[in-house]
Amino acid sequence: MQLMGAIITLLGSIFLFLGALGVLRMPDVYNRIQAGTKATTLGTMLFLIGITIGHPEVVPILKIIILILFIIFTNPLSSHALARAAHYIKAPVADKTVRDDLSEDEEARDKRSRGE
Amino acid sequence: MAEIIYSISTIIALIAMVLAFVRFLIGPQIFDRVVALDALTIISLSLIVCIACLRGRTIYIDIALVYGLISFVGIVAIARYLERGI
Repeated sequence: MQLMGAIITLLGSIFLFLGALGVLRMPDVYNRIQAGTKATTLGTMLFLIGITIGHPEVVPILKIIILILFIIFTNPLSSHALARAAHYIKAPVADKTVRDDLSEDEEARDKRSRGE
Repeated sequence: MAEIIYSISTIIALIAMVLAFVRFLIGPQIFDRVVALDALTIISLSLIVCIACLRGRTIYIDIALVYGLISFVGIVAIARYLERGI
């Protein structure tokens, strides 16, 4: 049982490492938000679950469940707020970007409001 | 055996913190720094829970909860400030 918890913890730490590597290596802000939020959310969940399985007599399980639910709810919210703000002040995108739907929608909305 | 694997995963998480901190230092824009700060907070939250379990001090888990709450409020406040100003 403890070995299984340790292996799940190792998997979670590998996901944390990949998320941090994506934050370091990705070319622009939006890709960094993508890598740095999703991979670290999954990695943290696996890390906490592995520690809870490995030490069931030490850890209060209810608090760990509350912590995991809290991370699941708040981490996408903060990354969405960051991406929205970055697009609002027109952060530069990478050279390989092919389409930007949000700016097209905003241009169409501006055109419609000017036409009326 | 299990303790060795726990130690290895802690070391991997520490290397991840170093990588995110490099991006925090060299980030050309403020958004890169904020994203790196978010990743750093999440990784250090995991490490706080790891220390709490391996040392047997369960009071540290409450610290991890409050740390996650303050991090979320701080990141959203920074995003609002960068979007519209206070």
